[in-house]
Amino acid sequence: MKQKISFYLNNRPVILETEPDRPLLWVLRNDLKITSPKFGCGEGYCGACTVLLDGEAVRSCQTEISRVNGRHVITLEGLSDGEKLHPVQQAFLKHEAFQCGFCTSGLILEILALLQKKPKPARAEILEVLEDHLCRCGAHKRIVEAAEEAAALMRGGRK
Amino acid sequence: MIKKEKWEEIEAINNEKISEPNLNLNNGLTLSRRDFLKISGTGLFVFFLVGEPGKFLGDFQTQPRPREYPDDFNAYLLIGEDGRIRCFSGKVELGQGIKTSLAQILAEELDVSLEVVDMVLGDTALCPYDMGTFGSRTIKYFGPALRQAASEARAVLIELASEELKVPKERLATENGFVYDMEQPERRIAYGQLTRGKRIERFLTPKPQPKPIEKHRIAGKALPRLDAKEKVTGKALYAGDIILPHMVYARILRPPVHGAKLKSLNLDELKDIPDIEVIQDGDLLAVLHPTFDGASKALKKIKAEFDLPPAELNEENIHDYLVKMAPQGNIVDQKGNLEEGEKLAREIIEATYLNPYVAHAPIETHTALVSIEKDEVKVWVSTQRPFGVQSDVAQVLGVPVNKVRVFPVYVGGGFGGKNAHRQAVEAARLARKAGKPVMVVWTREEEFFFDTFMPAAVVKIRSGLDQNNRLVFWDYTVFWAGDRSSQVFYDIPHYRVLSRGGWSGAASAHLFSVGPWRAPGSNTNVFARESHLDTLAARSRTDPLEFRLAHLTNERMRRVLTRLAEEFGWRPAAAPSGRGYGLSCADYLGTYVAAMVEIDVDQKTGIIKPKRMVCVQDMGEVINPEGARQQIEGCLMMGLGYALSEEIHFRGGQILDLNFDRYEIPRFSWLPEIKAVVLENNSVPAQGGGEPAIINVGAAVANAFFDKTGIRLTRLPLNRRRVLEALKEKK
Repeated sequence: MKQKISFYLNNRPVILETEPDRPLLWVLRNDLKITSPKFGCGEGYCGACTVLLDGEAVRSCQTEISRVNGRHVITLEGLSDGEKLHPVQQAFLKHEAFQCGFCTSGLILEILALLQKKPKPARAEILEVLEDHLCRCGAHKRIVEAAEEAAALMRGGRK
Repeated sequence: MIKKEKWEEIEAINNEKISEPNLNLNNGLTLSRRDFLKISGTGLFVFFLVGEPGKFLGDFQTQPRPREYPDDFNAYLLIGEDGRIRCFSGKVELGQGIKTSLAQILAEELDVSLEVVDMVLGDTALCPYDMGTFGSRTIKYFGPALRQAASEARAVLIELASEELKVPKERLATENGFVYDMEQPERRIAYGQLTRGKRIERFLTPKPQPKPIEKHRIAGKALPRLDAKEKVTGKALYAGDIILPHMVYARILRPPVHGAKLKSLNLDELKDIPDIEVIQDGDLLAVLHPTFDGASKALKKIKAEFDLPPAELNEENIHDYLVKMAPQGNIVDQKGNLEEGEKLAREIIEATYLNPYVAHAPIETHTALVSIEKDEVKVWVSTQRPFGVQSDVAQVLGVPVNKVRVFPVYVGGGFGGKNAHRQAVEAARLARKAGKPVMVVWTREEEFFFDTFMPAAVVKIRSGLDQNNRLVFWDYTVFWAGDRSSQVFYDIPHYRVLSRGGWSGAASAHLFSVGPWRAPGSNTNVFARESHLDTLAARSRTDPLEFRLAHLTNERMRRVLTRLAEEFGWRPAAAPSGRGYGLSCADYLGTYVAAMVEIDVDQKTGIIKPKRMVCVQDMGEVINPEGARQQIEGCLMMGLGYALSEEIHFRGGQILDLNFDRYEIPRFSWLPEIKAVVLENNSVPAQGGGEPAIINVGAAVANAFFDKTGIRLTRLPLNRRRVLEALKEKK
């Protein structure tokens, strides 16, 4: 049975009618044409589909769309303000913290969720939240450096 | 509370998007014909041939160039009247950074800024035929040809300017997209202006003299990646991100085991599901749905039974089987006489080294979208070989090759695995039957099931030391990995290297597909050789570095090792020293590379924890040092996977590791301190950089484990179970 589901996607309201048990990932990709969350494993192991749900990093392939009703979803598309990149994006750019780029969206959002809770994380805390994100190109070193840089940038912005 | 008008606005946007593709299909350049000599438009064209040796190509060299393609060039430059410089090549960007480094070579030689260069990669309608992107070959072979072509283009531009400005050629120079008079620099003319309204075609002659490296300002510099902004903003489009009107997703019924035969099929439960379509095309049975999850849900409702083949082989007995099945093989390298060598030996040391099947496991699974239209078949596909896809799709659809166009997209990692493109052929067959565009996105389970694994392989070494601890003979046989990096660069008076069975899928003894895996063959060969070198060093109670240097006259390798020891802080000691230091060095098709690691071993859990990794690489001339370092870092990290955990378990044709819960690839907690050093060596032309640094990781880790514990492990991976068993046995 289809249900009406409404939520905020990148701060814009969305309404759609669909089966409530569908994965958020595929509603985003197929119904809403939001393609930055990637399909990597379908079981929540790789983190490529990570988005923010009310500020928390969640695996969108494991999140039923009904859970999203009335809440805020942020994807990589919603991060930059026009041409101005978000500090986490700037840090990824500066450190070239990616190669193929397929896991990048999930990593940026996971790091953002961490930094919003914890503006000055220790390296061990960064490693812990990234532990279940897989990067096959081996950009791990730069990703961790980018996370540290992003933390500094975000703290700087807040004064 | 959101106002109603706002909701409607959003809905309208969504609906509009559904009927509109989300990309510009033509990139402003449309070609109706494939005949490259008749490409419409004006500008200066320089056509050139990239001469790639056929050797080392495995299965791909048997694929003929389609006859629609000219054989006297496989890339070209276009200097348009808009002043933009475009380079058309069938190579693809997989994350390895060639979009940036090739643009640097071109911008350097033509004296333009990087911003005006467009690399048009992997579009089969716009780019001439290319075999594919593999083997760390792009910079090595494409780079010099591109440099020559750009040099030729520059010479033509100077000729044109000489006529236009009425100034002799000798007085003209180029800078930032202009030709100018060296005596009156204000007299200058832009490249675009010179080619305006003209159509000039040049075929590369060997005449032009590219700039000397000392004058380079763009090539050789750590410039930012050109794909960076798209990748951090989510705008980079991969095959699975393409949206076409009326497209559907296909999920295909798969056998549970390789070699299984369908026994019975019941589709009754599919009847009640709305919006699905069932397509059968020969052995291919698929459910189609406008959404991926809808198709997946429907697939689960199919009841299918299979007859299973016997399952005799598994990861424990496969190596004996492979040795038994191996062909006679061929001698790769030899010197002296093994019998003579054996007579000189005081001590004979033999060992057998094993590695399992290893998956590529890119985070992007194999994906393809095929749209069969009136005049053209359009394909978006995650591939390392766009032209291979083009000819295979044309063949299965029975259309001429030039009616199939593969569009460029970013590829979410390849590592050799995306040389195979079964998914594109599946999408093409289903699209034909369905009469609409079909997207095939493999699940992670399909990705593991159909992956062309690094083959399980065996190396047997027999060797001898004389009374002065000199290595006097080396009898080396590799089974089923091929000969890459098996050649001897140490000074040994008597040796023979025999290769019995290659890494490619053809004529193989394997139950499932195997193929090139980042530096194919070399991971197997270097693990065996460098592990064995350490065993010999230990027997002669010599420091592993000292032992190697004592057997090395090759100056390039000596320089790499000496620098590595400095960077790492290696202090000589015979192993096992208890420090957990390990070393390995290798030659990968002309790139010299060596690595040292420091590890810790958790005696309780059996976990090997890499603490430090240092890698020094001499790859000849370097186009983008930062890009080169990224490849080295990536190789070291990825290499820890095959060294420590990665292994495919199987029962006959059944693959047991089908997702990342069982198949463990390197994680953030594994991250050691990593240092990548690129040695400057402009006396050697640019060599490959995408693969070499991975090949030392297995041996360096195994040698470090020996240095720490005194236990020699000869079978990859050095996983927890094997480490624990070995530690227990020692006690």
